[in-house]
Amino acid sequence: MHEFRLHRSSSIGEAVAAHGRAANAFYLAGGQTLIPSLKLRLAIPSDVVDVSGIGELKGIEVHDMALRIGALETHASVAESPLVLARMPVLASLAVRIGDQMVRNRGTLGGAVANNDPAGDWPAAVLGLGAEIRTERRSIGADDFFRGAFTTALERDELIVSVDFPLTDAAEYVKFPFLVSVFVARLGRRVRVAVTGGAGCVHRVAALERALEVNFHEDVVAAWSPDVAAFNSNTHASAGYRAELVKVGVRRAVRSIAASAAR
Amino acid sequence: MTGRVEQRHQVNLVVNGEPHSREVNSRSLLVDFLREDLGLTGTHLGCDTSQCGACTVLLNGRAVKSCTCLTATLDGCTVTTIEGIASPDQPLHPMQLAFRARHGLQCGYCTPGMIMSALEIVRRFDEPTEHDVREALEGNFCRCTGYQGIVEAVLEGAAAMQRERHA
Repeated sequence: MHEFRLHRSSSIGEAVAAHGRAANAFYLAGGQTLIPSLKLRLAIPSDVVDVSGIGELKGIEVHDMALRIGALETHASVAESPLVLARMPVLASLAVRIGDQMVRNRGTLGGAVANNDPAGDWPAAVLGLGAEIRTERRSIGADDFFRGAFTTALERDELIVSVDFPLTDAAEYVKFPFLVSVFVARLGRRVRVAVTGGAGCVHRVAALERALEVNFHEDVVAAWSPDVAAFNSNTHASAGYRAELVKVGVRRAVRSIAASAAR
Repeated sequence: MTGRVEQRHQVNLVVNGEPHSREVNSRSLLVDFLREDLGLTGTHLGCDTSQCGACTVLLNGRAVKSCTCLTATLDGCTVTTIEGIASPDQPLHPMQLAFRARHGLQCGYCTPGMIMSALEIVRRFDEPTEHDVREALEGNFCRCTGYQGIVEAVLEGAAAMQRERHA
């Protein structure tokens, strides 16, 4: 790890100002990606701005028709939150499957969304639900946020404050660890399908969404021909296998959502 | 950045019930602080890449990998290491006794991390099943592959702690 200047911030304004003054700074929240990156010298910042002590970035509440989760909430705190379990259990079930328990106890929602790892779980929920990413300066819709691997619409010193997830009980996340995962949500008449881990960046599948909006049934998935070339191949799985798993995942998600709606 | 003194930060930490006030570098990792600055060498550094879990400690009551925390960011926190889990009247914690009884170790290098993770399992699950334990130990590697005894030890230790709570 190279030397860097560390700023311990106690407010959003202080953190953003420290970041803005630095030549090459990173925000530090839970550090579960950044600290390993510093050790491997994949990241060599001049400054690290610790935001982990900023109270304004914490909290989980229902706000309008959304579940507002503070950027500093950890995967574990989301997974164990009585409010999340009551109002959006799909987010708790996603959060409890991220990494391992020690990572979940430190890693944060805001950090995971800002990092936009191509295999990240949170980007699938954010895009699959069409959530709003709230920063200290504006609100960014999920469709405009994820730009590519480890790339987002965030400006250099912009800080995520919270994420607003539209409240719905018709959503499901199906994860095939290390391979591909899908998030399916039904929001009124609209259906959103987000895929993560299969390609360079989380993305929606418009053809499946349209078909499911016409007929929300698992059978419509069979008619979908994925663009296999758009998926990754590596030692874990071929592109064709990943594309097939997307179909399996969406079928399972649709079946689960339809079953819970019938109850 | 040569030729100047590295930035130092004052931190106050309670470790195993004892308050410590120290100055650390920005780069100080909690595992190094515990081992080098406080001499608590029970916490092991296994991989230094956040994968193996040998360095697991409780930070404010939650299991974390101490190789993946910057000490300077932990001002005001409470840390419990393997040295701090037994009580004065009980030289070994019930989870440690269970690891001994079930031979939950081979070379023993991963054991402190395993036991700290086992305490996290007890925090999360009232009566963990074997499946719960195997899933919850995902972040702890036993490179000797001695998982059978480890899982049995965690289950036995959890049951013993449960009995103690209800005694």
